[in-house]
Amino acid sequence: MPPFLFWLFASLMLVFGAAVVLNRNPVASALSLVVSFLGLAALFMSLDAYFVGIIQVLVYAGAVMVLFLFIIMLLNLRAEEGRRINWLAATGGIVVALILVIQIFSVIGHFQAARQTFPSLARSTTDDVWNIGALLFSNYNLPFQIVGVLVLVATIGVVLLSKREPR
Amino acid sequence: MITLGDYLIVSGILFAIGFAGVMLRRNLIIILMSLELMLNAANLSLVAFSRFRVSPAGLPNYNAQVFVFFIITVAAAEVAVGLAILVALFRARQTTDVKDISELKF
Repeated sequence: MPPFLFWLFASLMLVFGAAVVLNRNPVASALSLVVSFLGLAALFMSLDAYFVGIIQVLVYAGAVMVLFLFIIMLLNLRAEEGRRINWLAATGGIVVALILVIQIFSVIGHFQAARQTFPSLARSTTDDVWNIGALLFSNYNLPFQIVGVLVLVATIGVVLLSKREPR
Repeated sequence: MITLGDYLIVSGILFAIGFAGVMLRRNLIIILMSLELMLNAANLSLVAFSRFRVSPAGLPNYNAQVFVFFIITVAAAEVAVGLAILVALFRARQTTDVKDISELKF
């Protein structure tokens, strides 16, 4: 991938990620989150991780965002109308986040491998779905089944939680 | 050329944005969205390292991508349960603001 595409998609992802936090209207936040996830999926594709990019679009930009928008619609949430900002908590949060960024920059600055470019692959197209599937069903078979049980438990939990209490 | 460090820095900034969202916002739905941003930042650095560690056969290290697959699955389950709790809370209290839910606060 040419470098300008990397910077384009990275800045798209970061700008709309910031828009998620800064928007007052929950619907606008959710739609910004979709654009941010699409930028992230493009970055996955630029790293030759096509399968992960595709499931990022399907699961996040598709299923999870529909769930968020559906709940916002169901609860009929409006934009928070000018509740006053708690300046102490706001500055505290921004300062802690900035310290985190500075820490990450300094760690990456001291990390030798971070200055190297990516080594080239043997072939330009990788059959990564086949490789990930083979790993899932051999080395990671037990975690895969545990995740299946987790999804079942989550399904039962959601049904139980959203059931109305009998009066 | 794009280095590994560029991806790691972008991932770190995305994590910080999500973290700031959790700290600053009081709407529970926005806090859940910021949690998703933080999980995705971790996914980005995992995939970058996977592409960086190329095996002698010339393939990326697929262990990290399997891990990303698991993270995406668990995050989807987490969002479903979180939103169900949110709906139950909204039915009981008619609010999604964390400032209005302070009975257990010390």
